[in-house]
Amino acid sequence: MTSLITQTNIKNPDDIYQKLIDLHKGLTPEQSQKVNAKLILLLTNHIGDINVIQQAIALAKPR
Amino acid sequence: MTHSGIPVYKKKTYNKPLELQNQSKRHQLVIVGAGPIGLAAALDMALKGYDVLVLTAFEFISAGSKGICYSKQTLDYFDRLGIGERVVEKGVIWNVGKVFSGVQKDPIYQFDMLPIKDQKNPGFVNTQQYHVEDYLCDALENMPNVDIRWGHSLSGLKTKQNGCQLQVSTKDGDYTLETEYLIACDGARSVVRTLMNLTFEGKVFEDNFLIADVKFKQKRPSERWFWFDPPFNPDKSALLHKQPDDVWRLDFQLGWDIDKAEAIKPKNVDPLIKGMLGDDIEYEEEWYSVYTFQCARMQRFIHGRVIFAGDSAHLVSPFGARGANGGFADADNLCWKLDLVLQNNAPEILLESYNQERVMGADENILNSTRSTDFITPKDPFSQSLRDAVLELSLDTDFAPAFINSGRLSMPTPYLGSVLSTEDRDIFHAGPAPGHPCIDAPIQSDNIWLLSSLGGEFMLLHFGQDAPQSQLKTLIFPTDGLAAVRYGADEGTSYLIRPDQVVAARWKSASFQDIEQALNKAMGKG
Ligand SMILES: Cc1cc2nc3c(=O)[nH]c(=O)nc-3n(C[C@H](O)[C@H](O)[C@H](O)COP(=O)(O)OP(=O)(O)OC[C@H]3O[C@@H](n4cnc5c(N)ncnc54)[C@H](O)[C@@H]3O)c2cc1C
Repeated sequence: MTSLITQTNIKNPDDIYQKLIDLHKGLTPEQSQKVNAKLILLLTNHIGDINVIQQAIALAKPR
Repeated sequence: MTHSGIPVYKKKTYNKPLELQNQSKRHQLVIVGAGPIGLAAALDMALKGYDVLVLTAFEFISAGSKGICYSKQTLDYFDRLGIGERVVEKGVIWNVGKVFSGVQKDPIYQFDMLPIKDQKNPGFVNTQQYHVEDYLCDALENMPNVDIRWGHSLSGLKTKQNGCQLQVSTKDGDYTLETEYLIACDGARSVVRTLMNLTFEGKVFEDNFLIADVKFKQKRPSERWFWFDPPFNPDKSALLHKQPDDVWRLDFQLGWDIDKAEAIKPKNVDPLIKGMLGDDIEYEEEWYSVYTFQCARMQRFIHGRVIFAGDSAHLVSPFGARGANGGFADADNLCWKLDLVLQNNAPEILLESYNQERVMGADENILNSTRSTDFITPKDPFSQSLRDAVLELSLDTDFAPAFINSGRLSMPTPYLGSVLSTEDRDIFHAGPAPGHPCIDAPIQSDNIWLLSSLGGEFMLLHFGQDAPQSQLKTLIFPTDGLAAVRYGADEGTSYLIRPDQVVAARWKSASFQDIEQALNKAMGKG
């Protein structure tokens, strides 16, 4: 079973962080939520592996 | 014509019970409820030679808006009951479903219900539920061993070790009956269930749907059309589906806080219909009604000598057409087992596999219909965003439409891990595994089908020469036809098929002992 990567896997975290913030600039909370949902769906499909996705869901859950 | 608010399709004859003149005998089998499931179970048992008594509350077949989509698996069962071809002939055959979103003119998604072609029956046939009930009644009324008692309501029940005592109410008074087995097919508000104090747990979906059956002559394709957020019903869903005799099923989501009596007034239904079909549409009302839906099931479907089947045992929302189709699968699963037990050819424990397998079926149907309902009527802001994200992404990507859930239409439930199945010893690269329903295939050019040849008894399906020795009827197929491909068969492959056309076991090479052992297991003797 493939494990979810939890070590650093990107070279430019600050760039990506900014892109995520920029994406939501000027959006209503409603629009923001839909944009996030689209992003989740796109990335989920890219990953494709339900095991990896389940591990991410488990980590994301509020404790 | 209506009767206490229920539209009547066909009047039936009430007969004064002979029991009121003290002519009572003990019955082997009583079925409560002449809905589709009770009638199917009655016909199945009657064809097997049993005397069948059916008690049913009304004196007519109702014409109200109920089930319209019957699945391939149901049609295969109907073929064994002898009404399949009549239903298909009457019905509207459809395989294609289209999904629309917002003001978009073109569908954002399209599906085909029968991905495997070359099977006798189509993926789905649409017909009013009363036609199905009517055809079942016609078949039953021709049989001397069947007694359908219209206008006889079950009103009391005493369960005993070896059967039960029933109290039946008629307009001429009450009487009692004794029976060895009782099949409770008395629907969602089952009186049998209530009398036995059994729970029926699940969840109600807080939404109302207007079901408008209307008649019009406009030419349209025989397809299932589903809309999310159409201009004529903003933020809600709608469905259009064809039935025979120029009748169409229109279904509009209405929301939770509504006045149901207002909603079915023609002046309120008309704008929705014109919005969907165009201002120039000329139509006639068949029947308007408002439904709320729930998903629920009993914990167990068998309680001593009382067996629940159909809506009395489990209830689903209609997206996916899993209600009656699931109920027919109950009847199909139950009747051969009950037959073997009543003949003393199998131990009573065989019936327990009905509980196991059909609870599995009900759970799958509830899971699917709950998921569809959650997609169609998102219940919180995030579900709404996720749903809308899927719909929007469907315009730009190929992967997103797979998430669109406007109802995952009824497919047979594989009985994974069933106590009746013998797990594979040999390696198969294709074909239905144990617990799965048989796949159909043409076996000769002249319209002979594999499933029709199987009939309704335990059988062996063998590919190639030298069929193994066995006491069973054996069907022999060549190793180079479509059947061999569909069953992943080589020279020497055998399948053991149950009477409900579910695979019990399969081998690349089977011995007499292999078959005997698997057969015993499939009959509850393993
Ligand atoms: C709008 C709508 C659309 C649907 N669409 C589909 C679809 O497309 N496909 C599908 O498969 N399913 C569909 N369904 C579900 C389907 O209609 C039901 O699952 C089906 O009717 C269940 O059959 P049943 O025989 O178990 O119960 P019922 O049809 O409810 O029959 C129960 C019978 O028992 C009788 N009865 C009740 N109490 C007593 C008593 N005390 N004594 C004697 N008799 C009694 C009743 O009079 C009735 O005849 C739909 C349902 C609705 C409401």
